[in-house]
Amino acid sequence: MNVGVGLPTTVPGATGEQLLEWARRADEGPFSSVAVLDRVVYDSYEPFAALAAAAAATARVRLATMIAIGPLRSTALLAKQAASVHGLSGGRLTLGLAVGARTEDFDAAGVEHKGRGKKLGEQLAYIRGDVDGDRVGPSRDGIEILVGGLSGPAYARMARYADGYAHNGGPPRAFANAAGRALAAWSDLGRPGKPKLWGQGYFAFGDLDRGDAYLRDYYAFTGPFAEKIAAGNLTSARAVKDYVRGYEEAGCDELVLFPTVADVEELERLQEALA
Amino acid sequence: MKVVIVGGGPAGLYLAILLRKLDRGADVRVLERNEPDATFGFGVVFSEETLGALRDADPETHLEITDTFARWDRIDIRFQGRELSSRGHSFSAIARKRLLEILQERCRELGVTLEFGAEVEELPEADLVVGADGANSFVRGLGDFGTKVRPEGSKYVWFGTDHVFDAFTFAFRETEHGLFNAHAYPYDEGMSTFIVECPEPVWRAAGLDELDEQESLAFCEQLFANELRGRELFSNRSLWLDFPKITNASWHDGNVVILGDAAHTAHFSIGSGTKLAMEDSISLAAALARRRWDLEPAFVDYELEREPFVERTQDAASESAAYFGRIASYSHLEPIQFAFNLITRAGRITHATLGVRDPQFTRALDGWLGGRAVSPPPAFSPFELRGVRFENRFELVEGKVAVSQDGRISPEEAAGPEGKVLLRLTHAGRRGATQPRSRGVDLALADGWQIVAPTKRPYGPFGAIPGAPDEEAVVDAFVTAARSADAAVLEIDMAHGYLLGSYLSPLTNDEDDRLRFPLRVLEAVRAEWEGPLSVRLSVTDWHPRGNQVEDGIAIARAMREAGADLIHVEAGQTIHDDRPQYRRGFLTALSDRVRNEARVPTLVGGYLTTLDEANTIVGAGRADLVLLDLPDTEIERPLRPSRAASLGEVRA
Repeated sequence: MNVGVGLPTTVPGATGEQLLEWARRADEGPFSSVAVLDRVVYDSYEPFAALAAAAAATARVRLATMIAIGPLRSTALLAKQAASVHGLSGGRLTLGLAVGARTEDFDAAGVEHKGRGKKLGEQLAYIRGDVDGDRVGPSRDGIEILVGGLSGPAYARMARYADGYAHNGGPPRAFANAAGRALAAWSDLGRPGKPKLWGQGYFAFGDLDRGDAYLRDYYAFTGPFAEKIAAGNLTSARAVKDYVRGYEEAGCDELVLFPTVADVEELERLQEALA
Repeated sequence: MKVVIVGGGPAGLYLAILLRKLDRGADVRVLERNEPDATFGFGVVFSEETLGALRDADPETHLEITDTFARWDRIDIRFQGRELSSRGHSFSAIARKRLLEILQERCRELGVTLEFGAEVEELPEADLVVGADGANSFVRGLGDFGTKVRPEGSKYVWFGTDHVFDAFTFAFRETEHGLFNAHAYPYDEGMSTFIVECPEPVWRAAGLDELDEQESLAFCEQLFANELRGRELFSNRSLWLDFPKITNASWHDGNVVILGDAAHTAHFSIGSGTKLAMEDSISLAAALARRRWDLEPAFVDYELEREPFVERTQDAASESAAYFGRIASYSHLEPIQFAFNLITRAGRITHATLGVRDPQFTRALDGWLGGRAVSPPPAFSPFELRGVRFENRFELVEGKVAVSQDGRISPEEAAGPEGKVLLRLTHAGRRGATQPRSRGVDLALADGWQIVAPTKRPYGPFGAIPGAPDEEAVVDAFVTAARSADAAVLEIDMAHGYLLGSYLSPLTNDEDDRLRFPLRVLEAVRAEWEGPLSVRLSVTDWHPRGNQVEDGIAIARAMREAGADLIHVEAGQTIHDDRPQYRRGFLTALSDRVRNEARVPTLVGGYLTTLDEANTIVGAGRADLVLLDLPDTEIERPLRPSRAASLGEVRA
């Protein structure tokens, strides 16, 4: 299993300089990818812009959206943004897409929330099927595509169009359950081989209260689940090690750990915890 | 700390005990609507696992509870005049009344305030309010818990009897109106619980909706006179009920927390309600201890700990409820298979785990399937289909061939038989002319050929518009392919929205007689091919306007009558935006229904990854043949010290 690290693009107040420093250090460290989240109505950075900057600051790691909310963007523009980051990074993009969970993001973007699943299906067919590929460049060739979501249609879209599955985090048994469903969908759609299984988690080492407060705030839209997500924040080296081991045993291929505190020392602490 | 617990059932009383043990300074009151000696229900069941938890949480009550227990390790299944027994199941039960007495006594001893006849009309003033007031919880109604209630399973009624059963007994009784079943178990030296159940149509046909309490008791007494050995049934407000499956998005709201049936119910047929409730109490008390009465984090701990157990139990309970709802379709099974199907209904017991509990039973099952006293497990039993003998149930290997050039899915596909054991003849229909599956599925080729279907709508986004099929040519193509086929089993692909599948669904065919053309192909191939013939079928379209399981079963029956020897059970993919339900073994329940309701042999896959699943499925009569998705073995790791080395892949 590979371990990647998130950039704190959704931690309010994180500076551009901090983000680039995270990306640079991650590229020098043991991490296989840097990843970003997506949200409109929040003090957060746009994922493709952030990955374009990270592309310039790194040479080795994969650049992943975990996930980007596809239907917020028009299909051709999404394809163009993704292909641009892919081109700028020398072919290092892993494009995780899902329908998103907050209506306010759709309202703010002026996009219908209804029909988002259907639209994501079209976007995936467009990007992976190379529709308009002769007119809308740069080349999408080799973009690794992941699909996230926990519904039956989400697993079907993943198996139909993607290379793998992006899980939304939680204890290893939750990942294992979702992975079983992803593998079943993959088999049902008759895809050869196995889907790449990506997992994620949150961590904070220094200022735990700040990390938990961020998670409660970021997930306030989920109501009572915000507390459970905050309770899952990995706040010690041992918790991180157990989590990594649990995911590895559950068959995860790439585990991305997201910071809940933007200080770059957090990355060093994570590196020590993983050593 | 002032605690008010609403509801003096097992969960509420047990929590009160544990909270007083945790903090002698806490003011703990239990408000119970009824009088102390009022009881509802007769006996309640516990498992060994629960008993261990009760012992650790409060040894004093554990001792008293276990002192009065009825214990047994046998399940008796009375079916078609036979009685089959399975051992090794370790149950215990106690009279609900006695359990409450023990817990009330312990509460008093520990200084819990018990108020009986206390009708709660508004949220009590307290630091912590607990809703332990059952499935119709009043407390739950005052907060925001995201409650969902839906009925599941059949009609049921709860009685007691003074016939003391010596095992957990499932009895089945055929009537002119349909099949009734009873769940009975002893709970002390003089009494047993006796629950009678039947599907709602049977209940109405028997006129039970018109009978009063005494009349329906007399009806049940007479129906199960054999099981009751002439003893009586006792009523305790025993009315026919629908079981409400209750789930809540959250089990706490502010300083209010709910547990037991107020938070979640599990169908009575797996007997886990009281067990779950008392385990909730243990978990909540432990979380409050750990968090030193800091409520919010304690509630989060409690929910995080309990949710996975509760969810698993509720899933199993729903499987069990659904099983008893369609019980009549299993009455054709041999008693040994019927019994194994019953024991494995909820997915919690498998061939392997039953083999540990009761090796005699699995040996008898294996022997019946294998035809010898000592036989290998069910997946290794022989099977015969139209004169072709299979050495085991998983040896079929899928091969597929497009019947014509325009019926190909993708260009690289070879057109010509491959000589595999199960050869599938496919015409891709509107799912044709796509890019290779390694890249994705249903991605149209830029320069594809003309595709055909009974609908003008493309299959997926950016798909080509299908033309009308030349039906004569299609029949000819299937017949020609069948003529040159070299296989043990020939299969006609009518699943997943390929050409023949799209004829079968109302989503993609406006014809009234949607079976017309698929049956014509089947009959033409049947005339050409003498060996076993399989039809691959999407039994449900997984879409509200498409074929439902009942439609799929009717189609399977029609295919069997037209000469199909085997139904290869699939689901969905009729349209690209269906609503599938994926999990390991997601097709097993569908195969079970097709096999036992359409009475036709079935082949099923659906991501089965272990031999134990195959043994359980074949043993229980849920399918005759299986397709396994065995993963690469990961027993051996490469000897590399670095963490990055990770798991090695060693191919078998």
